[in-house]
Amino acid sequence: MTADLRKIIGLHGAVLVILFAAQFFLPAYHHGNLARIMVLATYAMGYNLLFGYTGLLSLGHALFFAAGLYGMGLGMTQFGLGAGAAVVLGVVAGAGIGALIGALALRTEGVAFMIVTLMFAQAGYLIILYFGSYTRGDEGFVIQQADRLVAGLDLSDPTVRYFAALSIFYAAFVVLMWVLRSRFGHVLIAIRENEERAMMLGYDVQRYKWGAVVLSAGVSALAGAAYGVLFGYVGASFASVQYSIFPLLWVLLGGAGTMLGPLVGTIFMFYLIDLSSGVTTAYMLIAGIVLVCLTLFAPQGLMGELRNRFWRWLP
Amino acid sequence: MDFGPYLMLATLEGAVTAAVLALTASGLALVFGVMRVVNVAHGEFFMLGAVLAWWVTSWFEGAAAFGFAFAILTVPLIVGALAALADVTVLKRLSYDPERTIVATIGILYILQQVTLMTYGPDARPVTPPFNTRLALPWVEMTETGLSLYWPWGLSITSYKLAVIAAATVILLALWIVMTRSKLGLMMRATEQDREMALAFGIPVERVYALVFGLGAGLAALAAVLIVPIQQAHYLMGGDPLLLSFIVVIIGGLGSLPGTVLAALLIGLSDGIISVFFSPTLAKILATLLVALVLVFRPQGLFGARRA
Repeated sequence: MTADLRKIIGLHGAVLVILFAAQFFLPAYHHGNLARIMVLATYAMGYNLLFGYTGLLSLGHALFFAAGLYGMGLGMTQFGLGAGAAVVLGVVAGAGIGALIGALALRTEGVAFMIVTLMFAQAGYLIILYFGSYTRGDEGFVIQQADRLVAGLDLSDPTVRYFAALSIFYAAFVVLMWVLRSRFGHVLIAIRENEERAMMLGYDVQRYKWGAVVLSAGVSALAGAAYGVLFGYVGASFASVQYSIFPLLWVLLGGAGTMLGPLVGTIFMFYLIDLSSGVTTAYMLIAGIVLVCLTLFAPQGLMGELRNRFWRWLP
Repeated sequence: MDFGPYLMLATLEGAVTAAVLALTASGLALVFGVMRVVNVAHGEFFMLGAVLAWWVTSWFEGAAAFGFAFAILTVPLIVGALAALADVTVLKRLSYDPERTIVATIGILYILQQVTLMTYGPDARPVTPPFNTRLALPWVEMTETGLSLYWPWGLSITSYKLAVIAAATVILLALWIVMTRSKLGLMMRATEQDREMALAFGIPVERVYALVFGLGAGLAALAAVLIVPIQQAHYLMGGDPLLLSFIVVIIGGLGSLPGTVLAALLIGLSDGIISVFFSPTLAKILATLLVALVLVFRPQGLFGARRA
C-alpha cells in the first residue's frame, strides 16, 4: 500500500508541478486557455465527486455553476461587494441552492433523479431570463476591470489570472483528495458500489448523499464565481443545458471516479472544440460524437482505461 | 376585444399547440413505456421532421398542396428509419441501460442538431400551408332583443389550424387502435409488460424495440410536419417540444398513452392561455417546477411502474 501511496503522490504531484511550470513556457494564447481549463476542470471535479465517486448522475449542474457566477456578479453590481467577498457570496449561494435541491431531488433515484435535476436547472435558467432587468438575460454583463481586484492584485492581468486559476484548482484538488481519503469519502464510494450494503452497514445513506450534493454544488459554484471574476463576464448561457452537459462530457472523457480524469477530459474537450470551431460553426458535433463513442466503447474514460490496463493503484 | 372572445382565441391557439404536443409526447411516452428508454434526442427528431418537410416541399414549387401531402407521407418514414438505425447501432449495444442510454441520446441530440446546422444552415425557413383560408369566428352578445351573434374584429382562425387539430386527433385514434387491437400492438404491449417472457414466447423483442423507437421518432416528425407551415423550420427548434413533451409525459404518468394525451391537452391549453395573459417565460418556469415537484413528491405514481 505504501508503494502505491508513493506512486499516487508522485503522479499527482508531478501533474500539479507541470501545471505550475507550464505558464513559463506556454505561448500567450495557450497560457490563457490553460487558465480557463483549470477553472472549468475545477467545475468538472465538483461534478466528478457526485457522478464519479457517489454514483449520482445529475443533468443540472449548470444551476450550481450559474449560482456561483451570478452570486458573485450580482453581489458586485447590486450589493457593491468587493471581488473576494463576491466570490464567497457565490459559493454560499451555490452550496445553499445545492442543499435545497439536494434535499428535494434525492427523494428520487436513477432516471427520475436525472430528470428532476434537469428540470430544476431549466427552471433556474428561465428565472435568470425572467429577471432580465437585474441579470441582463442572454446578453449578460461585463465585470469592469476596476472591480476585479483582490488584495491589490489585478485579476485581469494574465499572470495573476493564471495564478488565481491555479490556486483555485489546487485548493479544490487537495480538498477533494482529502475528502475522498476520509471516512466520508469511503462511505460515498461504498454507496456507489452498493447502496443497499452501505445502508445495511448502518450508514445514513441519504445524509451522505446530501452532503455530497452540497459539496459538489459548492465546488461547482466556486468554479462559476472564479470564472466570472477571472474572465470578466456573467451571462445566462452559462446556466443553459449545455453547461450541465459539459461537465458530464469532461468527466466521462477523462474517466469518472478518477482524480485526474476531470482535468484530462477538460483539456482534451477544450482543445477538440477549440480546433473544430476554427473549421465549422457546428463545433458541438464533436461533443455529440465523443459522447456516443464514449458510452459505446470506453465508458470508463481515458484515466479509467489506464487504470484498468496499467495503473491499478490510480485513485 | 372583450375578455370572452379573447379567451376563445387563446383556447383555439392552445388547442393547436395541444394537438401537436399530444402527437410529439405520445412518441416519447411510447418509447419510454415499451423500452424504458428516456430519449433526450426526441426534440431533434421533431426538428428533423420540420427541416425535411421544408426540403421535400421545396422540390414542388408551385404545387404547394401536393408537395405538402408528399412530405407528410415520406418525412415521418425517413425520420423513423433513421431513429431505428440509431437504435440498432447505438442503443442496442448499450443493452438499454437507463443511464448510459440517456448519455448516448444526448450525444445523438448534438449530432443531429449540428449536422443540420452544417447542411441546412442557421436560417429559419417557412413552408407554405396547403390551404389557408381565414375563418372569422362569431361571438354572442347581449342586446335589447336577447342573445345574438356578432363577428368581433380579430377573432378568427385559419382553416389550416383547424385541419391540424383534426389530423392530430385522427392520428392519435389510429395509434390507439393499433396499440389495442392489432397483433403488432399486442407484441408491443407484451414487450412492455415483461421483456423476458415476451422473448420466451417468440416475440422478436429486438425488432420490436427498433420499430418502437422508429415509431416514436416518426410521431415527433409527423407533428413537426403538421406545425411547420405555422412555425417555420429552424435547427434549434427541438428544445421546446422536448421540454414540453417531458412535462406532458411525466404529468400524464410515464408510458401511458391516454394520460399523455390528457396531459397534453391540459398543458397545451394552459400554456396558450397563460402565455396570452402572462409572460410565456413565467408559464415555462411554473411548468418545469411543477414537473420537478411531481417527480419528487409522487414518484411511485409516475415512475413506480419501473420497479415492477
